Amino acid sequence: MDILRQLESDTFRSDLPDFGPGDTVKIGVRVREGDKERKQVFQGIVIQRRGAGHSETFTVRKMSGGIGVERVFPLQSPTVASLEVVRRGKVRRAKLFYLRDRVGKKARVKEKRGSAPRG
Amino acid sequence: MALSMLGRKIGMTQRIDSSGRAVPITVLDMTPCPVIQKKTKETDGYDAVQIGIGKRRKIRTTKAVAGHFKKHGVEPTAQIREIRLTAEEAAGLEPGGTIDVSLFEPGQFVDVEGSSKGKGTAGVIKRWNFHGQKMTHGAHENYRHGGAIGQCATPARLMKGKKMAGRMGNERVSTLNLLVVDVKKEQNLLYVRGAVPGAKNGIVMVRASVKKKKTALA
Repeated sequence: MDILRQLESDTFRSDLPDFGPGDTVKIGVRVREGDKERKQVFQGIVIQRRGAGHSETFTVRKMSGGIGVERVFPLQSPTVASLEVVRRGKVRRAKLFYLRDRVGKKARVKEKRGSAPRG
Repeated sequence: MALSMLGRKIGMTQRIDSSGRAVPITVLDMTPCPVIQKKTKETDGYDAVQIGIGKRRKIRTTKAVAGHFKKHGVEPTAQIREIRLTAEEAAGLEPGGTIDVSLFEPGQFVDVEGSSKGKGTAGVIKRWNFHGQKMTHGAHENYRHGGAIGQCATPARLMKGKKMAGRMGNERVSTLNLLVVDVKKEQNLLYVRGAVPGAKNGIVMVRASVKKKKTALA
């Protein structure tokens, strides 16, 4: 298994910043329309990161017109054209599924201030 | 038969292609195989080469086996396989030489042969894909049974080859037409698309595809 992990790491992308649950991220999603390609922005809170290696994914949740929308992105996929951390969140758990049951003001995540980026 | 090579299954992983699709990949360890013996029409009645894989411990090497390897000047290998070749194909292969992954190239199709994982005694549902019986409607304690196995006074016997429960797996299986995704010559690794028979660390035989000669544009 270790050998496999090692082999996988050869093709990992290095252009992604460090981010984790609670962070608000802005993702440039590559969208294909016919034979044209364009970027679509999806901004929301990261509520989980799971898996490892090439199968690692993260889930981003946002409110769109009062309706909660969640998207799961494979971390290593070229579908994620760009990723930018807009705001660091201060959270106490790795999976923020509790946000799904909250609406409005309660569905906020405190900002983490004055700290260095995650190491 | 075209030249083949022995390898060891490392395991499976995925890779994401340029269009964002995840491709299942099996990684095979293709450490160069030593050529042990060359058989020719004159000496043996047919043309073939004997190749090996792995290292055989001294305590596991009988004198007969040791003598065979000594005769050809090769270190004893854990496994030995013979590949039938035509005289032209066998040209250039001599005992003491090796076959390595450069035999294959990305975009090519290969067949991989190995021993499937042993499943032990398996019922008819798992072994022969029977449908089993009803879970409800009065069925009683025979949900995974095969049902009737024959007729009545005629023929008054069971048809040969009747599918029943029994030993499953641990048999020779070939997976055909697997795409070679990548060949790592320095590390002696072969990446093929899809699954390969057997467990991790199982020994497999890889040959150029018999049915699909064309190469795909990688």
